[in-house]
Amino acid sequence: MDDLYRDYILEHYRRPHNFGPIEGATASHEGANPLCGDRITLQLRVLGGKVDGVGFTGRGCAISQASASLLTDEIKGKGVEHAAEMGQQDVLDLLGIEISPARMKCAMLSLDTLQKTLADAQVPTAADKATA
Amino acid sequence: MTITAETPTAQSRIAGSRLIPEEIRKDFPILSTTTSTGKPLVYLDSASSSQKPQVVIDAVDEFYGNYNANVHRGIYEIGERATAAYEAARASVAKFINAGSWREIVFTRNATEAINLVAYSWGRKNIERGDAILLTEMEHHANLVPWQLLVQEKDGDLEFIPITDDGQLRLDVFEVLLKLKPKLVAFTHVSNTLGTINPVIEMTRMAHAAGAKVLVDGAQAVPHVPVDVQAIDADFYVFSGHKMLGPTGSGALWAKRELLESMPPFLAGGEMIREVHLRRSEWNEVPWKFEAGTPDIAAEIGLGVAADYLRELGMDRVREHEKELVTYALVQLMSKHPDVALYGPLDAGLRGGVVPFNIPDVHPHDVAQVLDRFGVAVRAGHHCTMPLHERLDLPATVRASFNVYTTKADIDALISGITEVKRLFGSA
Repeated sequence: MDDLYRDYILEHYRRPHNFGPIEGATASHEGANPLCGDRITLQLRVLGGKVDGVGFTGRGCAISQASASLLTDEIKGKGVEHAAEMGQQDVLDLLGIEISPARMKCAMLSLDTLQKTLADAQVPTAADKATA
Repeated sequence: MTITAETPTAQSRIAGSRLIPEEIRKDFPILSTTTSTGKPLVYLDSASSSQKPQVVIDAVDEFYGNYNANVHRGIYEIGERATAAYEAARASVAKFINAGSWREIVFTRNATEAINLVAYSWGRKNIERGDAILLTEMEHHANLVPWQLLVQEKDGDLEFIPITDDGQLRLDVFEVLLKLKPKLVAFTHVSNTLGTINPVIEMTRMAHAAGAKVLVDGAQAVPHVPVDVQAIDADFYVFSGHKMLGPTGSGALWAKRELLESMPPFLAGGEMIREVHLRRSEWNEVPWKFEAGTPDIAAEIGLGVAADYLRELGMDRVREHEKELVTYALVQLMSKHPDVALYGPLDAGLRGGVVPFNIPDVHPHDVAQVLDRFGVAVRAGHHCTMPLHERLDLPATVRASFNVYTTKADIDALISGITEVKRLFGSA
């Protein structure tokens, strides 16, 4: 019955990857969905054009936390431009579950926070290009 | 208390001083529907919006199907019938809350609009630089944000009556805050989040003794407890129709007539005027002075029917029914799920039909989403009381709320739903 709460989603929620502060962060941002009470602080350590380190802290629903866990896995160790290219569909693909409109904000909190973190680090993102 | 004439329709739904919710449910067509997962609907979000009985649905349908016309205008049969039904609804609402006169009932879209009406009309005229408005920490945003806007505009101040950890107002602090000589004290009759029933009569008396006007937000009270506005003796009492079995788009402001007479109009346009010239106008009599434009006629007619329906059931019985449900829910939660955190007063005598809770390590949204799989509809989030959640240091809560049609079986479904949530999230 649980399309949304598949085992791997719950696993990422219970034991999120990349959870916790990182050393020598070069950019960080706190994102929140005040309506839900979801909150994520994302930290990046960008070295030589690469996401050398990434970590997040915060609390929220399974969807928001699993999404942050999966997204940080996805960008870790890759070029910063890869992180900047991440869009909504990429996050939905990572989650691999159907997200109802009411839960989209939960699913996208990590992406939104990532984009703002990159903006703090002055890396242009897919979102910037879409609005440019 | 008021015991009203019992029509044959109410008789099968009550037994002495008790409601028979299993019978009442038959009046609500939506309660015999099933969700897309094939589960019977267990509706536990009545504090957000109640379901509607067939008589209310029929009244709306009857208006559009048989006598749809504008009110106070048409010199023809259906126009006169529409006007008569609209004004009869006002009389029903007046009777329901024991208003001294039907003229003291201003129809609004909901409680929010009624509070905004008071903030704009009475507030702009009476609040000046340095004036204080006293609210509470447990207000719904609807009874907070309009006052924020007003004091920002007028350079006034907001003060707040704090709450205890179990969600009761600190009347001792209220007494002290009244020394600030607030112009207005505005508070909720029943908390939409914690269910706390505030001592409105005592608070109104205290506020009046300090020279303040009083606004009571009755959105969560009129559907659940007997409300007698003359006994409460506040200056303004507001509520929504859609939480008391009426249609969305219906609601009312009750205010003392002399206040309504002295207040400038809120919205301007047709209906609210007596005479219009190019450069000036004269206002209509109250309550129509505050009802500019074509109102939601069908919705207010439906609200009148909802008020009659509740009056026939008897609000004392409704209150007893919900007290019993709250007791049952709290006992079940505490015995079957002792790890679940409960908020608000644990004494059902102090609490309306609202039970907020949290399951350890499961976010309220996830709780609600999983419960939905079992057909159980609850609210998850901050319930439009962000400052209250901040005060209690909670990002969000799950809220189950009741109405006349809620049964113990509904609560049993919630209790087993919580077991499923815990199983899924491994916190059992």
